[in-house]
Amino acid sequence: MPYEAPDFYGIDELLTEDERMIRDAVRGWVEDRVLPVISEHYLNGTFPTDLIPEMAELGLLGAGIDGYGCPGLGAVAYGLILQELERGDSGIRSFASVQGSLVMWPIRHYGSEEQRKRWLPALHKGEAIGCFGLTEPDHGSDPGGMETRAVKQGDRYVLNGAKMWITNGSMADVAVVWAKLDGVVRGFLVEKGTPGFLQRSMGKKFSLRASDTSELVLQDVAVPLGNLMPGVEGLRGPLNCLTQARAGIAWGVCGAAMACYDEARRYALQRTQFGKPIGQFQIIQGKLVEALAEITKMQLLNLRMGRIKEGGKVTPQQVSLAKRNGCHFALEIARTCRQILGANGITAEYQVMRHMCNLESVITYEGTHDIHTLILGHAITGLDAFR
Amino acid sequence: MELFVCIKRVPDSAAKIRVAADGKGIDPAGVEHVISPYDEIALEKAVQIKEAAGAGAVTVICFGPAEATKEIRQALAMGADKAIHLKDPGGARGPLGVARVLADNIRARKFDAILFGRQSIDGDNSAVGIIVAQLLGLPVVSLVTKLELKDGVGVAHREAEGGTEVVEVKLPAVFTAQRGLAEPRYPSIKGIMMAKKKPVEEILAPAPSGRLEIEKLSPPAERAAGKIVGEGKAAVPALVKLLRQEAKVI
Repeated sequence: MPYEAPDFYGIDELLTEDERMIRDAVRGWVEDRVLPVISEHYLNGTFPTDLIPEMAELGLLGAGIDGYGCPGLGAVAYGLILQELERGDSGIRSFASVQGSLVMWPIRHYGSEEQRKRWLPALHKGEAIGCFGLTEPDHGSDPGGMETRAVKQGDRYVLNGAKMWITNGSMADVAVVWAKLDGVVRGFLVEKGTPGFLQRSMGKKFSLRASDTSELVLQDVAVPLGNLMPGVEGLRGPLNCLTQARAGIAWGVCGAAMACYDEARRYALQRTQFGKPIGQFQIIQGKLVEALAEITKMQLLNLRMGRIKEGGKVTPQQVSLAKRNGCHFALEIARTCRQILGANGITAEYQVMRHMCNLESVITYEGTHDIHTLILGHAITGLDAFR
Repeated sequence: MELFVCIKRVPDSAAKIRVAADGKGIDPAGVEHVISPYDEIALEKAVQIKEAAGAGAVTVICFGPAEATKEIRQALAMGADKAIHLKDPGGARGPLGVARVLADNIRARKFDAILFGRQSIDGDNSAVGIIVAQLLGLPVVSLVTKLELKDGVGVAHREAEGGTEVVEVKLPAVFTAQRGLAEPRYPSIKGIMMAKKKPVEEILAPAPSGRLEIEKLSPPAERAAGKIVGEGKAAVPALVKLLRQEAKVI
């Protein structure tokens, strides 16, 4: 039986024809190319690198970037792409989010003309892969404590430090590395193979197994002066990138929740116990209804967020709310749906446990659930819990 | 190389089809439409031929309702260069009626080949492409799994009982696509954005001749329940007997 994407409120009607066509193209691609292979990659702990050229061919990488050969899609179309990718797997969506929102976006907005020309077309075509180095082993939620340093020495910046939990880290051709230069956070482009730059896969994860999660070690890494991104100073640089990526996550997790819901609904109709389909029991119906209600709210929230983002008026706090809400309920839905599938739900025959395990990462990265709570708490009370 | 591809808007194969209240059509509620899958194969092949040649154009021709603009745009996003929308004024029209509309429109145009899907997945007649060829007096090769067009000649492999038939025809000619001829691509974002700017010629098709009328549509009968003849080895003789005498398959 083919996938039936839940759309209980006819949200499709609120999308443009372009948006629907783009969404459907990605949905079909995920169905044909991602779903048949993703379980095996997940079990083996590998990222399906052979899908990168296909994503590039479809034009998905950095699809929201304007100019430099990129399509410049609106926030809703871009969000729908991420929703469909994460319906496949959070690892695939994470790859695209990092490439588009955390690498191409800062290069587009903070990079020099030379940096843009050099990297944006290549990153869009999938000829280069990027990663984003902000988090450090001892500085996660509090990136201001960053220890990575850059020092100007003649015609070079010399970087020292370590970055951790870096998606695409070991395969990246270029890393956007945030480091303090004279005490101020700045962004540097560090290329693969630069002496002293170590990119090492972290391995051994129970979540996001079909994703490259790595650490970056910088030991006296010397980069040309031209590798400093001139357009931004201070923590707002990386934080603005995160706002982009978090918006994408809100869309993505909705896709994961839609996949879990669809699988559980279908299973509840086929699985017979006590002489009737389990979907006929009130308790299963209740679970499915809760899931559908939360998915519908997520869809509406994402669409509204996307539209105000397209109007240039979205606030980081609005993005926080959608990211926080989406991750929380997607994880709840995945757990509930896994239970609807009973013992079958723990097997690789089904998707739901893979999504459930992935979402534990997604609710943690790019601002944990609790950090987003405090961001929103600050916004509504004016009282800052971090100070 | 000027290539025409005829596409049909059909209900999605995943759609649940219900007969409409008047018993003469399909209830459109909740039914998504798509380009008939074999037509997509024909389109992909045409686009590949054009891309390999590095010259020429692919024109999609769609006889269909006003809503078929969606499928036309999809075809343009998949690589066709322009489109002709022959708008259906409504009324019943069998394969011959549809073929006449297409042939009358195509007749005065210049082209090297016309590609169809082997059949639409709703009508399943496998007829329109072949009738169009007949009406235009062109050679036709159906069920094509491999196709080369070069120097005014088309070489087509077609499925035949127990093997492959290789047919050489003079162009212009008509070909109907079988699965395997090409793997339709997903429209890229660039393709989708460019599709809006490609020209679509809209022509109102003439009313049908009125010689065909649909009297009644009905869903296929429900499948009868299976029969369990026994369990284990003991059931084998009874099963063999039934397969011989009742099902007559061995």
